[in-house]
Amino acid sequence: MPRLSYRRALTRALADEMTRDGSVFLLGEDIRVAAANVTSGLLKRFGPERILDTPLSEQAFTSFATGAALAGARPVIEFQIPSLLFLVFEQIVNHAHKFPLMTGGQCAVPVTYLVPGSGSRTGWAGQHSDHPYSLFAHAGVTTVVPATPADAYGLLVSAIRCDDPVVVFAPAGAMEVRADVDAFDPVPLGRGVVRRSGSDVTVVAVGHLVHDALAVAEELAGQASVEVFDPRTVYPFDWDGLLASVARTGRLVVVDDANRSCGIAGEIIATVVERFRLAAPPRRVTRPDGAVLPFAPALDRAVQPGRDQLTAAIHLCLKDGS
Amino acid sequence: MTHADPVRLYRTVRLIRRFEERAIDLVRAGEIVGGIHPYLGQEGIAAGVCAALRDEDLVTGTHRGHGHVLAKGADPARMLAELCGRVTGLNRGRGGSMHAADFGVGVLGANAIVGAAGAILTGAVWARRRRGDDVVGATFFGDGAVNEGMLLEAFNLAALWRVPVLFVCENNGYATTMPVAGAVAGSIAGRAAAFGMPAAAVDGQDPEAVRDVTAAAVARMRAGGGPELVEAHTYRFDAHHTFEHQVRLDYRPPEEVAAGRARDPVDIQGARLPAPVRAEVDAAVEAELAAAVDFALAGPHPDPATALDHLYASGRTARTGGG
Repeated sequence: MPRLSYRRALTRALADEMTRDGSVFLLGEDIRVAAANVTSGLLKRFGPERILDTPLSEQAFTSFATGAALAGARPVIEFQIPSLLFLVFEQIVNHAHKFPLMTGGQCAVPVTYLVPGSGSRTGWAGQHSDHPYSLFAHAGVTTVVPATPADAYGLLVSAIRCDDPVVVFAPAGAMEVRADVDAFDPVPLGRGVVRRSGSDVTVVAVGHLVHDALAVAEELAGQASVEVFDPRTVYPFDWDGLLASVARTGRLVVVDDANRSCGIAGEIIATVVERFRLAAPPRRVTRPDGAVLPFAPALDRAVQPGRDQLTAAIHLCLKDGS
Repeated sequence: MTHADPVRLYRTVRLIRRFEERAIDLVRAGEIVGGIHPYLGQEGIAAGVCAALRDEDLVTGTHRGHGHVLAKGADPARMLAELCGRVTGLNRGRGGSMHAADFGVGVLGANAIVGAAGAILTGAVWARRRRGDDVVGATFFGDGAVNEGMLLEAFNLAALWRVPVLFVCENNGYATTMPVAGAVAGSIAGRAAAFGMPAAAVDGQDPEAVRDVTAAAVARMRAGGGPELVEAHTYRFDAHHTFEHQVRLDYRPPEEVAAGRARDPVDIQGARLPAPVRAEVDAAVEAELAAAVDFALAGPHPDPATALDHLYASGRTARTGGG
């Protein structure tokens, strides 16, 4: 069974899809030399016609990809910095996402936007540390945040094969995770997974926070039985999978590396309470409202959801209503 | 559809002219909601450019885009049905005036965000050529778009990668109400020069002049040349948008409007035809548009239950908004 890093799982997904489908090509900044260490080896294997280094023109090359997709190609764009998605939000949401409906179904826009190293990389400060997956969920763009190497592989493959635009956030906090991968299979978009079974409370954790949630669940093993649900895709969300989990546990805590207002945690809680009577008020652990990550490492950590906060939220949730 | 026939060129400008006039009537009658950005006065540009393109070539239009869609060969009846929001429209009533598209004739859509379409068309042409298709593209935009960064980025990408796209600037003198002199530092042609792109200026009121300058550029592009820019000087005869028919905005002196309207592309091209031929074309256009109006107004309105159809090409459905 090969042991694979999350990063190399992304590389392998790109290589496998480029091999399988000649319409797939990559574009982005410094990808020929693999500055983000994701596209390593691909230039040699697939040549400069399919590995395009772009000028620093994010808006143009994002819409260039939209046009290429309209003409039948399947572009994958690598963004070096998660905050660049703010710059191209217009190109993704107002064009790529809207074209199929606006044209009455005349076209598809199968573009993958890959963000290796999303969220905090520690020390990259205010303009390089955002984690804007909730924005894309809000806009209705398919958005995945894989937590494990197998999911990084399988969700990236599914994203590339999807006929709609898909944003793939590969959290910096998960990029160095290594795991045994027994099969290289696509992972269906929109399907979550229970990472750890439990009976007292469901913890929904997004992306790299899945690993924190698992660690907290292990720490609490003697005191509480914590179920960890990894949605994998934040839009469209696997509501059926989550509701099945909550039906077993009756309690809900969400840990989400997004700003609090209008973050995906709020949507998860709202949807669950619309459809299910919980035994206790749900809790969420998020970045603060309007978070800007300060530079100093202690400050950077202070505004990210932490294990202590999650532990406290679980305790409160278990105490309430009992 | 590339052709040098003056009658066909006249037919196109006349069709666009009368289409727009019928559309304004339908706005006033309440059949077209949201109003339109009339292309009146600028018909010679779309007609001239598209006359120098082939059926398989690609174009993108603007919010003032009816002329581009029609000149590239879309069915006026289905176009009008689209403006009326009917399921028989080009976009099944999902796009309307500012998003009309007909991929079947190479129209990758009117696009309502100023300056946004250039990069999209550049990518589309690049991808088609990479597949071995001998296509070129033309992307229309107004003088307002030359101050949009993403269009200038598209100039750079197209020139850098030598993608055969003709950037067609319809300089009608105003970005809504902002005169070019108040908005453009340097010059429009100078922007092309900065990216090493050939630029030509042309009288946009003369359809044949536009066709000829386009044909020359397209020939160079098909022979392996990179992108080029054409700045077509024109004048918008009517409102920026039909809302101006209700709200008078004072930004164009009456004498300027009169002088602009005196150089009418329909008349300029019509004068090149024998009177009986012109009359025959006019009658045919009237008949076609009468049928188009009937077709548009007879089309069914979309079922509200289908409002989210086509949201996802993958066929996925979205949650609805109700409680």
